[in-house]
Amino acid sequence: MTITLRAVVSGVAATALALSTAVSAETLRWANVGDSLTFDPHAQNHGQTHTISHQVYDSLIYSDHTGAQTAGLATDWYILDDDPEVWEFQLREGVTFHEGQSLTADDVVFSFERALQPNSDMRPLINTIVEIWAEDDYTVRMRTDGPNPLLANNLTNLFIMSREWAEANNVTEVQDYSGGEENYAVRNANGTGPYRLVSREADVRTEMELFEDFWGMDQYPLEVSRIVFTPIQSGSTRAAAILSGEIDFLQDPPVQDVNRLQAANDIVVRNAPQNRSIFFGMDQGRSELRTSNIQGENPFADRRVRQAMDLAIDRNAIQRIVMRGQSAPAGMIAPSFVNGYEEELDRVTGTNTARARELMAEAGYEDGFSVTMTCTNDRYIEDEGICQAVTGMLGQIGVQVNLNARPNSIHFAELQNGELDFYLLGWGVPTLDSHYVFDFLLETKTDNSGAWNFTGWSNEEFDALSRQLPTETDLERRNELIAQAWRIAQEEVVYLPIHHQVLNWAMRSDVVMDVHPEDQPMIKYLTFE
Amino acid sequence: MTTEQTAGDQPLRPSLWRRILDSDLLYSFLRKPVVIVSFVLTVIIVLAAVLAPWIAPHTPFDPASLNLMNGFTPPFSANEFTGDTFILGTDSQGRDVFSAILYGARISLLVGFSAVAFAMILGVGLGLLAGYKGGWVDSLIMRVADVQLSFPAILVALMIFGVMRGVIPPQQQDQMAIYVLILAIGLSDWVQYARTVRSSTMAEKNKEYVQAARLFSVPAHRILLKHILPNVTGPILVIATIGLALAIILESTLSFLGVGVPATQPSLGTLIRIGQDYLFSGEWWITIFPGLTLLVLALSVNLLGDWLRDALNPKLR
Amino acid sequence: MLAMLIRRLIQSIVVMLVVAFIAFSLFQFVGDPINNMVGQEASAQERAELRERLGLNDPIPIQFMRFVGNAAQGNFGISYRMARPVSAVIAERLPATLELAMISAFFALSMGIGLGVYTALKRSGVLSNFIMTVSLIGVSLPTFLIGILLIYIFAVELRWLPSFGRGQVVRISDWWTTGLLTPSGRASLILPAITLGLFQLTLIMRLVRAEMLEVLRTDYIKFARARGLAQRSIHFHHALKNTLLPVITITGLQLGTIIAFAIITETVFQWPGVGLLFINAIRFVDVPMMSAYLVLIALVFVVINLIVDVLYFVVDPRLRATKH
Repeated sequence: MTITLRAVVSGVAATALALSTAVSAETLRWANVGDSLTFDPHAQNHGQTHTISHQVYDSLIYSDHTGAQTAGLATDWYILDDDPEVWEFQLREGVTFHEGQSLTADDVVFSFERALQPNSDMRPLINTIVEIWAEDDYTVRMRTDGPNPLLANNLTNLFIMSREWAEANNVTEVQDYSGGEENYAVRNANGTGPYRLVSREADVRTEMELFEDFWGMDQYPLEVSRIVFTPIQSGSTRAAAILSGEIDFLQDPPVQDVNRLQAANDIVVRNAPQNRSIFFGMDQGRSELRTSNIQGENPFADRRVRQAMDLAIDRNAIQRIVMRGQSAPAGMIAPSFVNGYEEELDRVTGTNTARARELMAEAGYEDGFSVTMTCTNDRYIEDEGICQAVTGMLGQIGVQVNLNARPNSIHFAELQNGELDFYLLGWGVPTLDSHYVFDFLLETKTDNSGAWNFTGWSNEEFDALSRQLPTETDLERRNELIAQAWRIAQEEVVYLPIHHQVLNWAMRSDVVMDVHPEDQPMIKYLTFE
Repeated sequence: MTTEQTAGDQPLRPSLWRRILDSDLLYSFLRKPVVIVSFVLTVIIVLAAVLAPWIAPHTPFDPASLNLMNGFTPPFSANEFTGDTFILGTDSQGRDVFSAILYGARISLLVGFSAVAFAMILGVGLGLLAGYKGGWVDSLIMRVADVQLSFPAILVALMIFGVMRGVIPPQQQDQMAIYVLILAIGLSDWVQYARTVRSSTMAEKNKEYVQAARLFSVPAHRILLKHILPNVTGPILVIATIGLALAIILESTLSFLGVGVPATQPSLGTLIRIGQDYLFSGEWWITIFPGLTLLVLALSVNLLGDWLRDALNPKLR
Repeated sequence: MLAMLIRRLIQSIVVMLVVAFIAFSLFQFVGDPINNMVGQEASAQERAELRERLGLNDPIPIQFMRFVGNAAQGNFGISYRMARPVSAVIAERLPATLELAMISAFFALSMGIGLGVYTALKRSGVLSNFIMTVSLIGVSLPTFLIGILLIYIFAVELRWLPSFGRGQVVRISDWWTTGLLTPSGRASLILPAITLGLFQLTLIMRLVRAEMLEVLRTDYIKFARARGLAQRSIHFHHALKNTLLPVITITGLQLGTIIAFAIITETVFQWPGVGLLFINAIRFVDVPMMSAYLVLIALVFVVINLIVDVLYFVVDPRLRATKH
């Protein structure tokens, strides 16, 4: 056998052993628990997938670390004065793809049409678009199904591909499983973003390098010339990897290791509130719970029971012990930077076990009841720990919880099939507007609304308020509607909010990068001290 | 007893208990301090586990009795919020580690003993059958053993869990988890017994005393039970002892992979898995104490098994 | 010999069919695959159409036949999670696992035989007893805990060795990558190989010791001694040689176990092999990947069993004599 040493694929620990500090200042070794699922930009609506794609692809608009909508491939965007159903986007000129094609309006039209295909996971975000066309080479218009002032909010993860490239590589369609063929776009990418995909081995290693013809060469620091991304699943191994200097940037240090990382003198941990709130949902619409000893009636349907549970949960203890202080106890399912947030609504319900027991008795459950709580154990920060803690707290008012914690793939499948009585969920608000929460979590579940409202809660007054929001153009009036709607939901204790997550990013002490509220590091902003 | 007196020349070897009295087992036991210590430690742990509800200071499996604010209390020191003190500290949920170990050992031992018993009955039965009958019965059983061996314990368990997830309703999965574990570990371990018993049976069945018994029309099951089984008791006991240690470790490994007993009713293995997350952050007691208990238990049982093997093997004396 | 080989081959095929059926049943048990393939908003009609195209409406036996047919050609479909052909992904990952398994088997074998011989010859020595006891600690601690402790000591505290991954890898051919040719690749192998091999090491050591002790007591060795042969020659030429047969068998059989148990080691060390792939497949309910892995592991076992059987036959003349 002839051994041909070709294509030396460099490995994770190539420059790893921290004994040598002569790590190239421009290479960033970055780790996270999970990998991007695919480079096909429209195949998955999934956080880490978008995060990695943001380095390679551009969207028309993106949200920066302050949460502000920032110009990406679009330089300007607005609703036409004479037609509230039409949005117009002015495109940046002189943008080239990694493989040399020039960006035109046609590519944008193509990408949106692709994202609207049945196999696309991005379709729900833009399915209000009924028509999209190029006005000229650098102007794109979209017509929505009724006025949609918030459309731009939904485009921050919608990436633009080259039509020419897609046609040449036969990837005009999002992955079709029945074909039995691999889609070229899964492991190859041709974006307009700051970094070019160099090599990709799913779950193992993804390498990107600076794209010299990037349109923003003068606008961003772009101090990193090469990115090596490695997913590491085990929390202890992740912490070990940054402690031993094998990686430069750890996107998700385990909460219990944050202190130790902070104490290490060659590591800094930066944090910021994340755009994600953690809460419990209860199926209150059914006549009888699936997993309870109470037959013939649904304890969750009684508001007093929900109130009692709300009073039984000690959110401050969860914050202090389970989260090691790395969370903000919550009273509402929207973090502070979301339009419609009110401190008063977010105030944490004080723990009052005695009052909670009274309420249980008033509702006729002085002997309590049993129910199964379903949780993820690999999705949110300390998710299983939170569930265990709440199990204990509810036990004190007679609600005997059987805890069922499992991987999120199974959790979400069952949740979406509407099979769960009592479940943990986390929710982010990418649009930074309360309507997103109402639309998905609180409106009555129909084909067009309440897509993630698995509580069975349905309130006509609330629905009426929420449904005025998309077309209400008077902002003051709109905010008034939002406030009213929130009050109804809070009054009814539809959900049991726990906290808003706090993001911690651990990095080598000379790395400077602001924490992004949606956990989307954009390496183009990163600088070295 | 001399080396020449190996099993082959000896018609109708005496039973195990007979040999314990005759063959210096007790003598050999008393002469080895390590073995005595192992035995004592095993007995202490088993007793502590059995008596857990009476001797444990807390009831760690009752979530309602836990105070979350007691979480992460170090051993021998008072909690800064509640002032409570715990001998071996508390875990992330405020659970008393000492009590959790006692209750956890109970579950680990229950799973271990049951799995071993299950594997033993299955393996010995099938091994005797295969070895005695031979022919297609033997082929069939040994092929099944091969199929089973194609799936090491972990895979068998993962598959059984996958199937159970589809079959058992979610609210009963937690209660069933322990039986699924026993089934999974037991099923993964029977082949050893079967192979050992089969080969011994095959060797024994052609010996004069069995042939003689056959001539006198002694029924097959009597020959198997009365004449062949006693001869393989030694090896079986050794496999079972080591199997017990293996089963306890396998249980912890499965819970590391996320398919073990629920975290609200942790076994030793689950306690270690939960605790290992806190090893780097300084809360070493959460994983070290259950780890030590598991180590001491498994080590003692292994040492006993080891000694037993040597002591029961006449060729080594 | 040939008849035996053919019989064993047929048996192996039956075994593989049974395993294939179990792997195939996973598709029936674990959820509706269609949900994994289409976007959340796909209509019922689109789902039905895809179902028909994938042949999920055919009778079960026909689906099974198709599964076996495809599997025999190495086609296990497209991974739900990675959107790539399962066989291609497994082929990419297999070298990492095989390399780790080989190295740890080598480690276990060399250390195991060495220590086994030593402890057998110095049966009541202090060091022997110490080794025997310490070796038990290795099998009395769960693998994942050993791995984590090793990482803690050698990667975090001492910073001698890497804590995860394969290090720098060299591509030797289209289907093989190795970490053995680079310093970082070799360094990365050490901790996972020890973690994975420790259990087998103990097993082999004890086996060698027990076999040696038995052989040393046989007349054969007594005669050798009586003939005045050198101790060294007796121990290594006569005694050890006779203990190797069972050792080969066990090690061979254990190789498959090592590959399966690599799941844990690979999870702890983020080793990019098939074990990690399998655990991720379970987490994401990636059924094509799960079933392919099961079939693959079974195949490895069956092949190893076959080889061990044949070796046995070749090595042990008595077996040949009695079987005929």
